Amino acid sequence: MKDQELYQEMILDHYRNPRNCCSMENPTHCAEGDNPLCGDHLEVFVKVDGKIIQEINFQGSGCAVSQASASMMTENLKGKTIEEALKVFDKVHVMLTGYHPDEESEDKALGKLEALSGVAQFPMRIKCASLAWHTLKSALKEEEEPATTE
Amino acid sequence: MNREDFPLLWEGVYLDSGATSQKPLQVIERIDRYYRNENANVHRGVYELSAKATVLYEEARERVARFIGAVRDEIIFTRGTTESINMTAFSFAEPLMQPGDEILISHMEHHANIVPWQLLCERTGAVLKVIPIDRNGNLDRPALSALLTGRTRLLALTHISNVLGTVNPVKEIIAEAHEKGIPVLIDGAQAVGRTKVDVNDLDADFYAFSGHKMYGPTGIGILYGKKKHLEKMRPYQSGGDMILRVTFEKTTWNEIPHKFEAGTPNIAGTIGLAEAVRYLERIGMDEVEAAEDEVMSYALEKLGRIEGLEIIGSPDRRSGAITFTLGDAHPHDIAHELARKNIAVRAGHHCAQPLMNFYKVPAATRMSLGLYNGKEDIDKLADALPEIREKFKL
Ligand SMILES: Cc1ncc(COP(=O)(O)O)c(C=O)c1O
Repeated sequence: MKDQELYQEMILDHYRNPRNCCSMENPTHCAEGDNPLCGDHLEVFVKVDGKIIQEINFQGSGCAVSQASASMMTENLKGKTIEEALKVFDKVHVMLTGYHPDEESEDKALGKLEALSGVAQFPMRIKCASLAWHTLKSALKEEEEPATTE
Repeated sequence: MNREDFPLLWEGVYLDSGATSQKPLQVIERIDRYYRNENANVHRGVYELSAKATVLYEEARERVARFIGAVRDEIIFTRGTTESINMTAFSFAEPLMQPGDEILISHMEHHANIVPWQLLCERTGAVLKVIPIDRNGNLDRPALSALLTGRTRLLALTHISNVLGTVNPVKEIIAEAHEKGIPVLIDGAQAVGRTKVDVNDLDADFYAFSGHKMYGPTGIGILYGKKKHLEKMRPYQSGGDMILRVTFEKTTWNEIPHKFEAGTPNIAGTIGLAEAVRYLERIGMDEVEAAEDEVMSYALEKLGRIEGLEIIGSPDRRSGAITFTLGDAHPHDIAHELARKNIAVRAGHHCAQPLMNFYKVPAATRMSLGLYNGKEDIDKLADALPEIREKFKL
């Protein structure tokens, strides 16, 4: 397991060609996130209309894992309701941390996002992969403090 | 050199001694022996074991003192550089501070030599001033001179930068500060295991360092302070052992250095530290420094030839560390891929965010040397990097 390839093609592809990577005019929700351990920084912008995520963008700097995770997140969540998005957040969290709060398995399938599942093998990288997601959550909850993965 | 003394180095390339050094068998076995045969509390028991532990503990103080040119009463055992700096801030600097007074640090400090001063300023209304650096990573000396004013109460400066490897000319700077009557604390975390440090020759007022970066155990650190300061300073923590007499009305403090060592100290750590000092003394600090300098020059040359690799800073004198960026490959990805090849380096901001901001890099990769590193380690690193750069090319 130790030598498992973390950087699947899909991750490298999203890193090199990030989707929805730009700022946004008049977002309804936005937040900044930091990973103080590594200096990664992300901003997530969301435009919600009638509970549906119409648009979701990110920008920032960080490693391949953090950027790919953000890019894949925006692709995945566009068109979903906030409630659905938060459900995906929970599933991703479980996938990354390997922590299953309730074992009776409701649907855990994450589709393309499963490319990120390798991160769970590398505890030091979990924060990289989860940064975008924590930032999104704090945007949706409109928390005052910047998100952090510390 | 001496690689066989370090059990963890039998496989892999360890280039993260700036974070913590590996420990030689001599240190590991000394701690083992202490717990097997010599464990007892110090300064308390009347039985022989306790008396012996006390002797070992105080002998360690003596050895550390001699190693850095101090006398035993001037050596306070702490948990590490961080605690040593906090102790200086609380016990020495804070009672001196009036609103508008200034604390001077540099732009290349580790967070451990920034944040305690920031908090001190918040508590006292003092002002934190920062000595700028140039692009090469040297201190701006004229600016430094201008910042040493009648309002400066303390200059706190790193001896060797953990990011740039800059060796600051601390002796000259201390002399300059002293001309203006300003005391100086030196953060020696990166220096003590790498170069000969003589606090008396430097004339430092305070010198802070950690056992774990000089081949000793974690959880043990040292604050050297000039006797005249330590005697006047207020205790840092209070409790047992730091007192002479306690009544409910009044407590009198124990003499230095015990005044600053409340509670049961890290006895095993101290004894392990003394063994690390003995280890370094056996090799000789001149030898340690010369060997590391040789590997450092080799590394600078070898890494300098890698396409897309940029070394941060080129200080007049460098020791310990090289921090670099590599094309658009992110430091985490670099460190991750190096780890797969059993090469350990550090990635991130290295607890020096203001310095990283100065160079406008959010994160970078750092290789740092220990006395066990040879040119073959540098070769392995240099061979791995071009491949990684290709993989993460944007
Ligand atoms: C220059 C410098 N100062 C202070 C410290 C803090 O040392 P410690 O964590 O042992 O307290 C370090 C360690 O990284 C350092 O490199």
